[in-house]
Amino acid sequence: MPEYKMVVLVKQVPDTKNITGEAMKADGTVNRAALPAVFNPEDLHALEMALQVREKYGGTVTVISMGPPSAVEVLKDALYRGADRVFLISDRAFAGSDTLATSFALKQAIQTKFPDVDIVFCGRQAIDGDTAQVGPQTAEKLDIAQVTYVESIEHLEKKKIKVRKLIDDGSEIMEAPLPVLLTVTDTANEPRPYMAKKLLKYRKAATDFGLHEQLPKYPKFKEPEALKKHLAGKGIFIEMWNAEDIGADPGQIGFAGSPTMVKKIESITLTGTGFKEIPPTDEGIKDFVAELIEDHVW
Amino acid sequence: MAGHGEVWVYAEEDWDELKEIGIELLSKGRELADGLNVQLCSILIGSKVKKHADILFEHGADKVYVCDKPSLEHYDTVKYAKVIEDLVEKYKPNIVLYGASTQGRDLAPRIASKLRVGLTADCTDLQIGDYKHTDGNQYKNILYQIRPAFGGNIIATIVSPKHRPQMATVREGVMPTPPRQDGRKGEVVIFDPALQNLQNVTQILKREKTEKRVNLKGAQIIVSGGYGVGSRDGFNIVRELAAVLGAEVGASRAAVDAGFIEKDHQVGQTGTTVRPKLYIACGISGSVQHRAGMDQSAKIVAINNDPNAPILSIAHYGIIGDLLEVIPKIIEDIKKRRVD
Repeated sequence: MPEYKMVVLVKQVPDTKNITGEAMKADGTVNRAALPAVFNPEDLHALEMALQVREKYGGTVTVISMGPPSAVEVLKDALYRGADRVFLISDRAFAGSDTLATSFALKQAIQTKFPDVDIVFCGRQAIDGDTAQVGPQTAEKLDIAQVTYVESIEHLEKKKIKVRKLIDDGSEIMEAPLPVLLTVTDTANEPRPYMAKKLLKYRKAATDFGLHEQLPKYPKFKEPEALKKHLAGKGIFIEMWNAEDIGADPGQIGFAGSPTMVKKIESITLTGTGFKEIPPTDEGIKDFVAELIEDHVW
Repeated sequence: MAGHGEVWVYAEEDWDELKEIGIELLSKGRELADGLNVQLCSILIGSKVKKHADILFEHGADKVYVCDKPSLEHYDTVKYAKVIEDLVEKYKPNIVLYGASTQGRDLAPRIASKLRVGLTADCTDLQIGDYKHTDGNQYKNILYQIRPAFGGNIIATIVSPKHRPQMATVREGVMPTPPRQDGRKGEVVIFDPALQNLQNVTQILKREKTEKRVNLKGAQIIVSGGYGVGSRDGFNIVRELAAVLGAEVGASRAAVDAGFIEKDHQVGQTGTTVRPKLYIACGISGSVQHRAGMDQSAKIVAINNDPNAPILSIAHYGIIGDLLEVIPKIIEDIKKRRVD
């Protein structure tokens, strides 16, 4: 049985689905501090699909996230659910990256560190930007096939994969050559919960950024370097890559590598000029229906 | 300068029919092309698709680029992207727009990555204006790509001043269908790029079309229920009002998530965008996500027991009361009029 090499790309996002008034600042920008950071929901389905492939066909599941140091939390989450290895791509040089610059960085990471990948999994889209662009753009940059809106994997063999994908008015069964990049929808599966054993093992996992904070918890170690060695020995040190580690050309990442720029951001203001209040009485309703009929609403 | 820096819209075709979105895009496309004084062109790709060009002319296209080959019968990301990439290289358009459909959102990013140009997803408005870059440079007549972000809580204007073409996908249902001008003609440009030896091509083994049970997009009247409806059974009264009005049944995300009704009824940011003549929101508080999908409705009626529900701020009529009491009164009144 071939051992499939799988990479899952995940993102830590502000929980925009449960946004409240307090999450918006007076100037109309988003108060990220007021929003809990979560595992992008559809990325969990991408991870689940990869884990199921591992169980059914064999292979390894590597999870990569690009983001600020705090994104290590989603990587730990991925470990609790059963990912084999996780890596963080983090560098100030990536700040301001649009989807094109992001996909370039992800491509660099995959090409440099996992040149023989068979399947790359992504969530269909992230709930902060809702663009659904990074998946297809990463596939193009890797020069591999892509299938978006994937609901299930029907069959997998050494050189090709058969999947079912959603289209606007139905579904298709498609065959794609490997390597391939799949974007996965939230109807594909039910993400598995944490495994207690994994939680116990990985909850103290840390990356370079977290070492200083962790030091006080380990009186035995005085230096971050020593703690790093210790964590690595236990298999709970999360490796981090910067732009140089993945050979990313500075001109193609961050603001420099992003063709799009934000001109203006406005918060949604309610433009209503006041509504006509209809009393909930028989008489009120009667007049209201009459008014709608008069206006030729139907 | 007509003929240079054209505005292009991708006319998606499937099941031997043009998709509505490709027609919708012609209304905004026309406005942009007129503002820039350039031609508005459609791109038509597939097998036996040339016949659709006339419909595009009648809805405002000046020119249609047609790539008609048997091997293009079914959509394939790499093949279709190659056609558009080659077209762009040859004719150098200023703007290319796609529908934010499953196909458009699969295709446009692949092309943007290859051409290394900007792409803005799921726009709800597009305008032309000037842009002053932070580096001090001024850019004239730039495409403003306007879209909601952060779950619909903010509206962002995105520009891509230094790269051509400027590309965007546009949300379905937000641009009006342009009026049909019978007999309007235009120029057909046949394009026949080499598509042999392409790598990474996929194959469709089977296609299944699910008949849509809910037609929110085409509905003149929509009666929608929210979390305030309370239960799956509670939706019966919403359905009953819809039946009396000959309306379609809609729902908010909260109602769908609570399991009161199926997802294909969902109106809003993650559901369907609608613009009916009459929208009756029953027990819907009106999150930004919901409002983004229905605030273009001609008349909005909100029935809610909370006088502070955000939905009221965009409503034309508000009925503050228990929907289980209010809705039967409306049904009864309408029925009575029919008898009279």
